[in-house]
Amino acid sequence: MVDNFFKVLRPGINTTFQDKGRDNLYHIGIPFSGAMDNRNYLLANKLVGNKLDTPVIEFAYQGPLLKFYGNKINIVITGDVIFKLIQKGKEIDGNCYESYQLGNEDEINILSTNKSVYGYLAISGNLDLKLQWGSCSINTKANIGSNEGKKLEEEQKIKISKINENINKKKINYLNSKIENIRIIRGTNFDYFSDEGKKIFLEKEFTVSKLSDRMGMRLEGPKIENIINTNIKSEGLLKGVIQVPADGNPIIMLSDHGTIGGYPKIAVVASVDYDRLVQISSGSKIKFKEIELSDAETLFKLYQMETQNLLSQI
Amino acid sequence: MIKNISNLGDAALYCDFGTEVNKQINSKVIRYFNAIREKNIKGINNLTPSYNKLIISYDLEVTNFKEIKDKIESLSESEAPNMNNKNLEIPVCCDLTFSLDMERLEKKLNLKRTEILENFFNKEFFCYMTGFIAGMPFLGDLDEKMRAQRLETPRVKVPKGSVGMTEQFANIYTFESPGGWNIIGNTPLEVFDSSKEKEPNLINPGDTVRFKQISLEEYKNYNG
Repeated sequence: MVDNFFKVLRPGINTTFQDKGRDNLYHIGIPFSGAMDNRNYLLANKLVGNKLDTPVIEFAYQGPLLKFYGNKINIVITGDVIFKLIQKGKEIDGNCYESYQLGNEDEINILSTNKSVYGYLAISGNLDLKLQWGSCSINTKANIGSNEGKKLEEEQKIKISKINENINKKKINYLNSKIENIRIIRGTNFDYFSDEGKKIFLEKEFTVSKLSDRMGMRLEGPKIENIINTNIKSEGLLKGVIQVPADGNPIIMLSDHGTIGGYPKIAVVASVDYDRLVQISSGSKIKFKEIELSDAETLFKLYQMETQNLLSQI
Repeated sequence: MIKNISNLGDAALYCDFGTEVNKQINSKVIRYFNAIREKNIKGINNLTPSYNKLIISYDLEVTNFKEIKDKIESLSESEAPNMNNKNLEIPVCCDLTFSLDMERLEKKLNLKRTEILENFFNKEFFCYMTGFIAGMPFLGDLDEKMRAQRLETPRVKVPKGSVGMTEQFANIYTFESPGGWNIIGNTPLEVFDSSKEKEPNLINPGDTVRFKQISLEEYKNYNG
């Protein structure tokens, strides 16, 4: 039997294994984690003929340079990603949402995401990963998940336990839509902020700070004034919750967030916009738009139908 | 009955049990938390109990706010089981190498080191909640005279095992993390062990905890 694996020649900035994440652990301090952009995660698996909840490789900004050792394997990259393939020594430009076959000693060079943050690499088969609470998802802050909870490092091997052969080349035309306004629902502490503060939050532009990661997205812009208390008694957090600490700059909780926090919650990002929110890169502008709960529920259903529709085209 | 339920975003219920922090309110939160867990309600994918709130997260692909609210609202408190809680003893070494903020506390509280330690080690604590970072217990309540604010500038790295104080609470840093609590010592005990998937937390909400002072020698020999 041939040992199939990738060797990491360059790990990239923050390359991890991710899947659907783990649930029912908030009460002991463990967040969902999982692929940040769920739609692109699902599309990646479908394009290589996998079950939709199979672990994939997630990268942020600059991705990894990987060399494949083994017989042959199908791979795909989703997101808005610039990458090259080196097949039998020949370099070609790769297209996202199109699967490719790699042979022994071929390479994938994921140069960067394009005006976005996260991309996904899926293989036709299974990575050899140790799961924790049924999930491979790496949370580097808590050292939870496969690879001892750490991001991928140079020279390490990514072992493949099973390759699905006879997978045809698959392709779909899909363009990641950019979003102008992130839709939010009023938070439980909305009235902690002055009328002027609320107005600023709902009408002004904010800039995504460099200090953003899988835990949270920090925003900079005009300060949001708190008139009640800049702290609340610590309580649960969720991904998408927007907290405003004493300095008046909002922080959006993302998939690896701390499970408890004590800053007032001005709003929560509607689930429909989460996949696109996480793709907004540092330095970009962001603006919020308030919607009602019932609208958020309907919009999410539509988004979900659209995802299903895309998957069924593959 | 949980009277005060609202939505937190489009995928969670926010159950508000009041604004005060006391054992009575928190015990109610924990009882409902246990009751809802046992019911295995379809679509609920997470519960976060805290001092006086319970957040119930659900999968918006499976259910919605109204469906979950109807189920939770009709739950009576008598359906919530009694708690089966432990009494735990946690060894702590307060050698100068570990008590990073003792000087600051002596000044802020206007108490001597010996007074602070005597008060701390004679106290029985109650675990209100765990979280922020995996397994971190929030333990209360410190006496009025022992209550200090967080550090003005939080540490970038608080060492694993650090035992800290802030306001009416004590905590334990289950692994190295940023943090702003006043550190008085360090425990050699594994308070969170992710290899034990069923029960990774040593201390759970509702448990009572006493700290026991140990010497540096005992600390070093603790794990063999």
